[in-house]
Amino acid sequence: MSYELLRLIWWALLGVLLIGFAALDGFDLGTMILLPFVARSDIERRVVINTVGPVWEGNQAWFILGGGAIFAAWPALYAASFSGFYLAMILVLGALILRPVGIKFRSKLEEPNWRRSWDWLLFVSGLVPSLVFGVAIGNLFEGVPFTFDADLRMHSTITLVSLLNPFALVVGLISVTMIVLHGACWLNLKTTGAVRARAYAVIPAAAIAFAVLFALVGFWVAQLNGAHLSVPMAHDAPSNPLMKSVAVLRGAWLTNFAGAPILWAAPILAFAGAIIALLLRSRPGYAFIGSALVPLGTIGTVGLSLFPFLLPSSSNPNASLTVWDSSSSKLTLAVMLGAVAILLPIVLAYTAWVYRVFKGPVKPEHIVTESKSSY
Amino acid sequence: MDIVELSRLQFAITALYHFLFVPLTLGLSILLGIMETVYVMSGRAIWRDMVKFWGTLFGINFAMGVATGLTMEFQFGTNWAYYSHYVGDVFGAPLAIEGLMAFFLEATFVGLFFFAWDRLSKIQHLMATWLLAIGTNFSALWILIANGWMQYPVGAHFNVDTMRMEVTDFSAVLFNPVAQAKFVHTVSAGYVTGSVFVLAVSAYYLLRGRHRELARRSMTVAASFGLASALSVVVLGDESGYMAGLNQKMKVAAIEAMWDTEPAPASFTVVGLPDVAGRKTEFAVRVPWVLGLIATRSIDTPVPGINQLVQLAATRIKSGLIAYDALIRIRSNSHNVAARTMLESHSADLGYALLLKHFRSDIQNASQADIGAAAASTIPNVPVLFWSFRIMVGLGFWFIALFAAAFWLAGWRRLDTNRAFLWASLLTLPLPWLAGELGWIVAEYGRQPWAIEDVLPTALGVSSTDAGNVLFSLIGFATFYSALLAADLYLLQKYIRLGPDETLGRPVSPPSTAHAIGV
Repeated sequence: MSYELLRLIWWALLGVLLIGFAALDGFDLGTMILLPFVARSDIERRVVINTVGPVWEGNQAWFILGGGAIFAAWPALYAASFSGFYLAMILVLGALILRPVGIKFRSKLEEPNWRRSWDWLLFVSGLVPSLVFGVAIGNLFEGVPFTFDADLRMHSTITLVSLLNPFALVVGLISVTMIVLHGACWLNLKTTGAVRARAYAVIPAAAIAFAVLFALVGFWVAQLNGAHLSVPMAHDAPSNPLMKSVAVLRGAWLTNFAGAPILWAAPILAFAGAIIALLLRSRPGYAFIGSALVPLGTIGTVGLSLFPFLLPSSSNPNASLTVWDSSSSKLTLAVMLGAVAILLPIVLAYTAWVYRVFKGPVKPEHIVTESKSSY
Repeated sequence: MDIVELSRLQFAITALYHFLFVPLTLGLSILLGIMETVYVMSGRAIWRDMVKFWGTLFGINFAMGVATGLTMEFQFGTNWAYYSHYVGDVFGAPLAIEGLMAFFLEATFVGLFFFAWDRLSKIQHLMATWLLAIGTNFSALWILIANGWMQYPVGAHFNVDTMRMEVTDFSAVLFNPVAQAKFVHTVSAGYVTGSVFVLAVSAYYLLRGRHRELARRSMTVAASFGLASALSVVVLGDESGYMAGLNQKMKVAAIEAMWDTEPAPASFTVVGLPDVAGRKTEFAVRVPWVLGLIATRSIDTPVPGINQLVQLAATRIKSGLIAYDALIRIRSNSHNVAARTMLESHSADLGYALLLKHFRSDIQNASQADIGAAAASTIPNVPVLFWSFRIMVGLGFWFIALFAAAFWLAGWRRLDTNRAFLWASLLTLPLPWLAGELGWIVAEYGRQPWAIEDVLPTALGVSSTDAGNVLFSLIGFATFYSALLAADLYLLQKYIRLGPDETLGRPVSPPSTAHAIGV
């Protein structure tokens, strides 16, 4: 297999991992954001937490795997993005650390204040990552200030404040609405009675907010400066991000779509998913499939629009990271592809089996009879 | 403190915190598998209740392990960006495979373990429990393959075109003998931790005269599993020592506070007072031959001392400077074949030249004094290593003695009546954690000044982020983790005090006829 093809496959796998994380762990995050609002009594809140109780940890494994796989296949991206977005990443980690502990510890003590505090911490654990990941994606479109020296050590002037600009915050809101929609569709599927009614009522608002913001950002991106390769790059050269020349052009992020109109399928899928979730919300299974298509279409749109760029630099566009100059060596990509080809189907098989085992809604009476062993 | 010290401190704190929870997960998961196997084979409900009770405590600990593990997966990128760039091609792969093969397994089946008692058949649930245990142990395997490569970086070479280390031989990385030795040593230490935990909590019940049936059975399992594990820790610890002797001679010399090369076979210093300034060890009590046997598996190979290794480092720095000079020439003309050949023949020492970066940025102009200082910087903190190692080993022998006593008492059916033994078990509770943390201090603090032994100095590995950011995250992690640890310990002691009946919300199954056949 050629180095070029391996890089292309690993770019697609990067998308698969991010979509897997957003589509599976996304509804856990959305459920946590909705927790204080759709559930009022302690029993209701326990119902909500227990809908994700048995499966959320496996879903979070997509996040861990994402970290490991980016490290292995795109080490330059792993190094530059996580150190460049330092404080944002620390915030995300802090929030995500709250989740395993919060879910496990919350119902282990009876005190109402203990439980209420954890409910709000769990809300934070859902909201902060959803918002920050969106903000980070927004910043990719604007480019972030970094460059490399001759040793390929990255130097950046990114600050938390510079990340929180209007465009990026709107993209952050897209992410939050997408996650809330997915969480609401999950609760619509996995709960009954009052909790389900409240989750049901969230779906139209989240779906419409998502669609409006997504369209708005589409028009906004057309006005932004995007990166463009001024000279075509070799696709099989050693990974060194200082060997190319990049021009900055207004609207460049839409050139891929102009060149291959089939790519419009990705944003259309995102809209279609939101519309399916909205229209079929009284058939919870279909609505949930719809809300799962939203991250597929959205992350697909981001990847296709940036391609071949992964992390564009605003201060030295030539130092931007692309698919062709920030991957691992050919051998590492090949070996890791073999590992994925063998192991990922196994993971998907047992994950599907576990979801089948836990099929069906969580009811308040389950929590009452299994009070000690439930979350 | 500068960014290097802050980043190192943050890594040390977050890693040592993480390893408060990992060993108990490793050990308890296997013990849960054993107990549930007995349940499925014997059909006795008390064994199921044991699994559920110890499983509750396992769950509280597991959540903390997952929470603190998140930081570890991403901290290389946030705080060690140059390290990630420089070795990600090699080091990232085992982390990714860990996620794919191990973490997915344990994270998925942990949900079944807790919530699928009524949804699966007995056999299916038992399978889920064992897959959880296998997942946690696979996880340790891949992490230690990554860590083993930091100690003994085999199967990789420096690529000047990408300015990083790249894999040349994956099977060498996978079957790295150092990683194998570390894996068995580390998981065995985890099994000891799990066994001591079960032994100590059971001893607490027996001393109070509570839950005798559950406690006695739990102790029997912990005694036999613990004895095998404690023996394995020490035997495989010795294997680790031999492996360190292969390429981390400085670490071995520092652990021994051995300033000058000893004629073969080298003696082992049991205790003494290392004097760093005077480069000598006072009041040393030595046992002849032992170090030579551990470190070289022979009686005729000398074990080099610190002073001789510093001289060797100076030679390698000079050789590394030749490689560095060639690297600079290749940068100005990438087709310079002579320079590429020169770099190739000295690239094994390139890392030694990089040690000079701590002393001056234009390392090509390094003076003899700079080279001497850089060579001296290869000495790790001798007193810390000397004492950490000795306390760890002492504890290892204590665990063997404790479990041997437990095993012997179990044979005589007197586990639950010997109060001296029960008190000893209870008081041993914190010691496996102390031994484990000291073990990591020996392994990682003893690797300094290297992030990757002989390849990349730690100081060069850091991100070029603002030191203020790192100070902020360091303080944040330290306070946040401490608060979570307080909650974790509070819940553990609360559920231990409540005991199995309260924890499961019903009386734990009466023993019925179990006593007669002694199961």
